[in-house]
Formats: sequence, C-alpha cells, structure tokens
Amino acid sequence: MANPDQASSAGEWALHGGESHLRQVLEAGHFAVTAELNAPDSADAEDVYANVAELGDVCDGINATDGSGANCHMSSVACCALMARAGYEPVLQMGCRDRNRIAIQGDLLGAAALGVRNVLCLTGDDVSAGDQPEARRVFDFDALHLLRTAQIMRDQGVLLSGRKLTTPPEFFLGAAANPFVPPQDLRHLRLAKKIEAGAQFIQTQYCYDVPIFEAFMRRARDMGLHEKVYLLVGVGPLRSERAAEFMRSRVPGVHIPDAVVDRLAKTPRKGKREEGIRICVEIIEEVKQIEGVHGVHIMAYRQEETVPEIVERAGILREKPKE
Amino acid sequence: MSSFAESKRMPGSEWFKNRPRSLEGVYAGSKSVLQLLYPVLKRILPARFTERVFVWSEEVTKGYLFNCQMCGQCILHSTGMTCPMNCPKNLRNGPCGGVRQNGHCEVIPEMPCVWVQAWQRDAQMGRYGGEIQLLQPPVNRALQNSSAWLNQLEGVDAQRPSGWSTIELE
Repeated sequence: MANPDQASSAGEWALHGGESHLRQVLEAGHFAVTAELNAPDSADAEDVYANVAELGDVCDGINATDGSGANCHMSSVACCALMARAGYEPVLQMGCRDRNRIAIQGDLLGAAALGVRNVLCLTGDDVSAGDQPEARRVFDFDALHLLRTAQIMRDQGVLLSGRKLTTPPEFFLGAAANPFVPPQDLRHLRLAKKIEAGAQFIQTQYCYDVPIFEAFMRRARDMGLHEKVYLLVGVGPLRSERAAEFMRSRVPGVHIPDAVVDRLAKTPRKGKREEGIRICVEIIEEVKQIEGVHGVHIMAYRQEETVPEIVERAGILREKPKE
Repeated sequence: MSSFAESKRMPGSEWFKNRPRSLEGVYAGSKSVLQLLYPVLKRILPARFTERVFVWSEEVTKGYLFNCQMCGQCILHSTGMTCPMNCPKNLRNGPCGGVRQNGHCEVIPEMPCVWVQAWQRDAQMGRYGGEIQLLQPPVNRALQNSSAWLNQLEGVDAQRPSGWSTIELE
C-alpha cells in the first residue's frame, strides 16, 4: 500500500488509473464482496483510513456514502479520493438530494480525476430523515437521470449540455434496488429501467427477507435481467432487537421481518452481537445460491470490525492477487 | 396536517384519478381538439393572452384533478394519470426505495406514494398503458409556471438537452 503522504503528483493520486477493479472481479466470475465505509465526522484523513482498515483486505470495493440518512459526514468524493490514494478500490455513492445537475457533473469529473472508477447512482434519502431536516431538498435529477448523464459523459464524451469533454471519465456505473418495499411485484421493472439508463452493477437495500428477494429475482430472471447486470445483495449484522427496531422504523426503505427481530429479542444480552452476525452469515449463504446473484454488499454501520469475520464465516473470502 | 404543497388533494379528485382509463380518453380527446384549434387561435389571439388563458385553465382543471405543480412539461399520460411532481423528491422515474410498508411516502407519511399509485393506474390504462416504463428525461426547470399545453403544441416540452439526445437517437 502506498504511503498517502508521498502522493503528490496526479499520477500517484490515481493509483488505480484505467479500469475498475470491481468490474474485473465481477467479469472474471468471482463472487464479489463490497462493504460500506463509515464516513467520519472529521476533517482528518486518518479517520477515513482508520475506518477503512478493517475492510480493505476482504473487499473488492468500498462504498463511501453520500450523507447517508441525510446526515452530514465527510463528502463521498473526498473519502473516495483518500481511499484511491491509499490503494483501496472506492465506490462513490452519489445522490441527488444535495446537488443540482451542474454540481453533479462537476463532481463526477473531479472524482474520476482523483481515481474513482465506480459510481453508485442514487436518489438519496430525504432531508427529513436526517439531523438537519430544515435543509432544502434539491432533487434536480432522479437516480435515472444521474445514471444516464454519467453514461453520456463516459460514452459520448460530452456534458449534458453537449459541450465536449477533453478526457471523458472511465466509469463502472451502479444503481440501487430495493425489492423489499412496495410495489414489490413491480420492483423488477424499475430495475430494468435502471439497466436501460446505464446501470452495470446493482447494490440492493438490506436483505433480511430472503423469500421476498427470491421472488424479485425470479421476476428479474424472467426478463433476462440477471444476464445484463451484476447484482450484489445488501446485508448487514444487527446488533440487537433495539437496533433492528430503530432501523426499520427510522431508516427509510429498510424492511426487517418480525421473525428476525424476535430471534434477537430471545437471545441473551451477551449473545446478541454473535446472533446478529450469525443471521447475516445465514442470509449470505442463502442468497449466494440464488441464480443472478454476483456478490454481497456488507453494510455494518459502526461495526466494521465484524466484516472480515462475516466474510470468512460465509465462505466468500477469496485470496486476492497482490499488486 | 402536512404543509407540503405536494400532499394537497381536492375533495373528489381521487375518485377521478382512480378512473385512469376515462382520464386518458379525455386527455387524448382534448389534445386532438387543441391541435386542431391552436393554429386558428394562434392567428387571431395575442400570444400573451393565449398563454394566460391556458395557464389559468390548467391551474383550474389540472390543479383540481392532479394537484398540478405547473412544471410546464406534462407527462401525466405516461405516469398513470398521476402527477409525478406530487412526489416530494420530484422523481420523473419513480418510485424511490423509501416507500413505506403501507405504500405511503417516505417524506409525507400520511400521503400514499404517488409512484405506487401511478404504477397501479398505468396498469389499468389502454391507450397509454405501459408508457410508465419509458425513461423520462430530466425536468426543464425553466418551464416552471408556463403552460404545458402550449409547450406541447409548440414542441417546447419535447426539447432535450443536446447531450441527453446523443443516446436517445442511437
């Protein structure tokens, strides 16, 4: 791993230059593992590296969230640039809540220049979900406009206005899917639309309800979507039944069945953390068997240290070639 | 209770919207009548007057029925005769991933998600049914508060940012 302090020239910043490593892993047919970085409330790069330390060795990509849950943290572009500089593979999450189309396109160019190759295009949680609900919501674009615009910049080499780019960005484009909220029987159609708009990989919302996910995948396969996109299932360990209750009532779009909450509630206090990890591992083992699943995206908010254990116990740890 | 402009529903308007097949018929009919009359109107009436009358008519009719937000680029017939600008996130390609388990809006909990309604109604429609699967371009914010009917008659609402068209044309 390069010493971030020695990175000075543009060449050293963009250590990964060229193609997305995540894309190479997926195209090689490997079962990919990505994880979510807890973006720090800090102005110190070391805090990013501290949070990412647990994840680097077991992940093929690390997502930097973009003001997740509408709470302010270090920007996703900055987190990604710092990760790229230190030799990690960042996945830039970009939402439409905080920026208009001018800022979005500028940030995409800047991120690409800083070595970002993977972009997850999101609509974004509403401002009302966060700790500054009095903020203005922007939503100039929706997630599909963002996807298509990034695709246009990459493939056509122009901005949305038609103005030419000297060097177009090289992006591996992703989108989110949430099969677990209404209208559940139509969610595959929105997935199809996102693929049409340019999505090459998908990271889903937390999966705690495998039967719903299976039904979603069946419909997606009927449309042939599993052959058009790499799909990574969102998973994560729950710390306790209280954490589960908080997530399903306060975090937009999270569905946790009662059975999962009850299972944690019945576990003695000392074993809850272990039970949460066990549930997560079981879900990975189940979804891994589903046709059209190409990997998992582990979101272990403030429990990054559990990610290596989860990866190992789920049997998805892969020896990575050293660069 | 909610102070959102998006959540306002006039009494009885949901009754009409739950009959999307009739509404799309009205849309198709009035569109062809307007297309026939407009060249004549354009010749005899001052442009500013026509614009005012159109804006007023839209505010009254679409305002009552759809809680129209006057975006000036109506795609109602492609979104199950349900106005996408009633979505607090202004999605033109919804729904988002924040829909509640009861099918209500993430932002306005007492309001049913307009995109869930839109997909349900689109499925009932004949002429324009299925158009909800079209990829809708970004909103042209410069058309806010202008007449969507005039913009359609003049072809203004069909204009795309030139970068956007590079892929649409392929």
